[in-house]
Formats: sequence, C-alpha cells, structure tokens
Amino acid sequence: MPKLIKGVGCPYCGSSCDDIEVLVSDDETKILEVHNACIIGTNLFHHANDPTRPRLPRRRQPDGSMKEIPYDEAIDYMAKTMLAAKKPLVYGFGSTNCEGMSAVARIAEKSGAVLDNCATICHGPSFLAIFDNGYPSCTLGEAKNRADVVVFWGCNPMHAHPRHTSRYSIFPRGYFTQKGQMQRTVLCVDPRETDTAKLADHHLMLDQGHDYELFDAFRTVLRGFEIPDVVAGIPKETIKKSVEIMKNAKFCMIFFGMGCTHTDGRNHNIDAAISLTRDLNTHTKASIMAMRGHYNIAGPGQVWAWQFGFPYCIDLSKGTHAHMNPGETSSVDLAMRDEVDCFVNVGADAGAHFPIQPVQHLKKHPFITVDPNFNMASEISDLHIPVRIAGVDEPGVVYRMDNVPIQFRAVIKGLPGVPSDEELFNKVYERMCELTKTEPIWLAAKEDRRYPESEAVI
Amino acid sequence: MNMAKIHLNMITQRSIEEGAAMEQGKTNPNYFIACTVCEMNPEDMKKAGIWKNTNVKVTSECGTVIVKAIEPTQYCPPGLAHIRQGVWANQVVPPRTQSTGTPQYSGFPVTIESAPSERIKTALELVQGAVGLWQGGKI
Repeated sequence: MPKLIKGVGCPYCGSSCDDIEVLVSDDETKILEVHNACIIGTNLFHHANDPTRPRLPRRRQPDGSMKEIPYDEAIDYMAKTMLAAKKPLVYGFGSTNCEGMSAVARIAEKSGAVLDNCATICHGPSFLAIFDNGYPSCTLGEAKNRADVVVFWGCNPMHAHPRHTSRYSIFPRGYFTQKGQMQRTVLCVDPRETDTAKLADHHLMLDQGHDYELFDAFRTVLRGFEIPDVVAGIPKETIKKSVEIMKNAKFCMIFFGMGCTHTDGRNHNIDAAISLTRDLNTHTKASIMAMRGHYNIAGPGQVWAWQFGFPYCIDLSKGTHAHMNPGETSSVDLAMRDEVDCFVNVGADAGAHFPIQPVQHLKKHPFITVDPNFNMASEISDLHIPVRIAGVDEPGVVYRMDNVPIQFRAVIKGLPGVPSDEELFNKVYERMCELTKTEPIWLAAKEDRRYPESEAVI
Repeated sequence: MNMAKIHLNMITQRSIEEGAAMEQGKTNPNYFIACTVCEMNPEDMKKAGIWKNTNVKVTSECGTVIVKAIEPTQYCPPGLAHIRQGVWANQVVPPRTQSTGTPQYSGFPVTIESAPSERIKTALELVQGAVGLWQGGKI
C-alpha cells in the first residue's frame, strides 16, 4: 500500500511550505504523487525518482571524461586538495540543511577557506543594509494575520515564490484579516507588468534601476515635503496616493527582492527601504522582509553567524579569526581577482548561476562539486560527489525566509551508499585531521551529531 | 534584410517556467526551452528588424549569446529586455559587483541584432565550452 505522508516541507523556495502531502511507494523508494505543492516543488520531488541520479563520486580523467570512483577515494581527494590549497573557496548552500552547513564549517576552518553562500549573489546587499540600518521585520505569520497593505518591491512571488501569496501575503484569511484578499490593498513596484503586478491594486511601473530615487521620494512625501512632478518615471500624484495608502494602513508589509539587490544601488536601495519602514512606523505599524530565494538560504546566515559571527563572505584563511568584507571576500570578486586556488561548490550551481567569467577563473584550479544531481557545475568539475537531497531523502532543520526554523522530514529512503552532506563533510574533516596529525574537535550543539549513526558511507 | 541594431537595458530574473524546468534537470529540454528566450517589446523588435520567434544575438560589455526573441510573457516597456535567469543570461551578465559581491544581473546595456541563421547553443556546450571541456556530442 502506498503511504501518504502529511506535513512535508518543500525544499525549493523561501516560502518553505510545510503543508505538502507526498504519496510514496510501499517500500519508500519512489515518490508517486505530490499534493499541495506548486509546479516547481512537484517537479523537484518527482526529480528525486530519476533513475539516472548519480550514486558514486565521479573524477575527471586526463581525456576529459568522468570516471566513477569509491567514496573513500573522493573524500581523500577532497581533503588533500583543500589542505594543499592556500585559499580554497567553499560556496553554495542554497539547497541543503543546517546540519550540513554546520559540518562544512569545520573543514573550512581546518583548510583556511573562504566560506560563502548563495546570498553573495542574491540578498548579500540586503545583509549590508541590515548591518547599517537594522531590520524592522516580523514573521510571515504576522504578515498573514495583520497586514492590510502589502507592498511587493522588485519581487515577483507569482514566479519565484508561487505559493507565497496564497499562504502568507495576499489571499489567506488571518486573525485580523478575516476577509483575506478583499481586506488587503496590494501595491507592486516593478519595471515590468509582472504576474504579481497584475494581481496588485496599484502597479507603479518605475524606470528600471531607479529604485533609490523612488524610495527617497516616498520618504520625502511621508515627511511632508514636496517632490518633483515625476520621479523614476512615476507621477507625483501616484506617489502621494501610494504613500497615503501605506500611511493609512493598520499594518503595512513591504516585501523586497532581486529587483532591488541586483541592480544599481544594491545595498543603498535596501537601506532606503528600511528607512522608509522606520518612517512609516511613526504613523502606523510597518514591517519589511527580504524575499529569500531558497528554502534554507536563511540557514547559513544563522548557522555561520553563531559559529563565526558573520553570515556570508567569511574569510577563515588568516587562521586566527574570521574576517568578512564583501567586495573583497565575496565569491565573484575573489574569482575575478584570481585570489582562490580551489573551489568547492555545495548544493548550488555556480556553473549556471555565476556570470561566465568568474566560472572561467575558478576553473583554473581544482573544482569540486557536492550535489545530488547533475548540473552545470558538476559537468565542469574535477570531482563530483553525490549526496542525499535535503527535504526529500534526508531530514534536517531549515530556516524560512522570515528566519523561522522548521524541521523538514525525509519522505523516501536515500540511495544506498550515498551519504548526507553532514556525513560527507564529517568524513572529510576526519581525513583532514588524519593527514595533519591533529585531533578532531567535535563541538556540536547536539551530542548525537558527533558520529552520525547512518552507515551509508563505508 | 535590415541589419539594424538596438540598444536596450537588460534585466535577468526568475520565471516559473525556468524554475519548474530547472528542477527537472538542467540538461532537460524544458530548461533549454524556458531559458533561451529574450523578451522584448514588439516596438523594439520592429526598430531592429527582428521578427518575433527568431534568433537574435545579444551582446553586452562582457560577452554574447544567441537566444530567441519573443514577445513578453509579462509586459516589458520599450527600452527594456528580459532574459530569464540561467545559463544563457549569464553569458552576458557583467561580473562587476559595486563592491558588494553581487554581480550586475539587472540593468546593464546590451545590443540586440537579428541573427536568424545562428544556432542556439545548449547549456552544456556554453558552460563546458567556456572552460575548454566541450567535446561535442549531445546537442
């Protein structure tokens, strides 16, 4: 009899939906049906059934082809390569659990690496603005239960977070928002008329790249001063009307995304957005939230901030203390200046999602990919180590976009012999300690994490 | 044939077609279909002599890529073009970061010209080709 597993977390976008139902085969090896998820989540779960999923590490041969090798050999190669490098770069972690992120920190510290995550090409500028200006945020539950004005600025949840609007921001009926969508006024600020903009009551189609001016104009109007007739392509009257709507809200929620962080201004756009939220709080209640891209991309920010004091771009190569300076210690900049001599790509695809020049620079040195599937990074790697898929055949803690931790479960049994990220990194750490003739230090929050019970790696 | 070029402001962002196809695998044909399109306003197509659903060459300060010009699935005003995030978009995304670590994924100048006889390369061909590993084969 197939089993229906309820309350499953979806390991795709930052909404981290935890109401998915998955029908699995009798022997818990196949996913048969996925209920409640969006198309992306459904495809993700079904992709785990792919019979061609790699089961053994693959090492590139001198003729350019890939050859399967045992896990022990791959672990040995990874440990030796990282130790031999003067400054390895460990990047990724968009799609893995917090246990894996914690374990990788040990090998990063041991090898004097730079530890970076996908935020570096995503919400990194938001972090910079948050350091400078604070983060007057809330949880998605508060947005659902209280927000009667919702602003989507430079984000398109209908495409990037498909269930965000139905679970948290536009449609759901909450404690103080019992009429759901009828009670909410939705503003969208975007240079295109996106599918989110079509849902909105008011769409401000600004000139692309002029977010800072528009945020500033909003603040100026809010503080009672005059603005020019047109700012960033938006007429004065529209800006004034929008500010009135936000000011008269019971609870105004601002969501912002890549439209602000990927374009000119970067962190300064977010800086202005946070200041606008603060200004709004002199009139009503207002809150702001970054639309984080992946289901656990808030995780490395949390885990590494406990471990090293910084969320991303962490340079551990000094050996005495962690140092963070985006622009200097960020993946793309390090690659462009040829400052790293080994690249480890974990649970992300730098091959597809970095601009191509940094990929070319990184490929000059040993290139290792740790990922459950074939992707662009794995296909140019010197070594590809497959692992279990967090949230599908490996459980773990993930942090949703509002920094709420959720325990995700495994719905099927992992492929025999394939380790989790955590198990793999622990083995690499042990090998590094053997090679350097040092004692491993297993400081872990949970005692049972010391030696994972699973015997997947033999 | 009109060989006019047009200068546009390029943005590369997510789309659900790209996300759904990516989760089927980046070598899946659906990923190719989803990501090899450049959305641009019909007015701009007209100015550059580009027929909709034909291939175009997109050139930025740091590279070129062949993709298919289509009418926007989500309205793009004249002057703005959109290639969905992914392998093809990243052939032209400038790696400059304004000292924040984040490349210029949105808001960079490009030149777009008609290239109906050019072939769109596969993801593997582009990425492996860029690092000298492409050996032909799977097209």
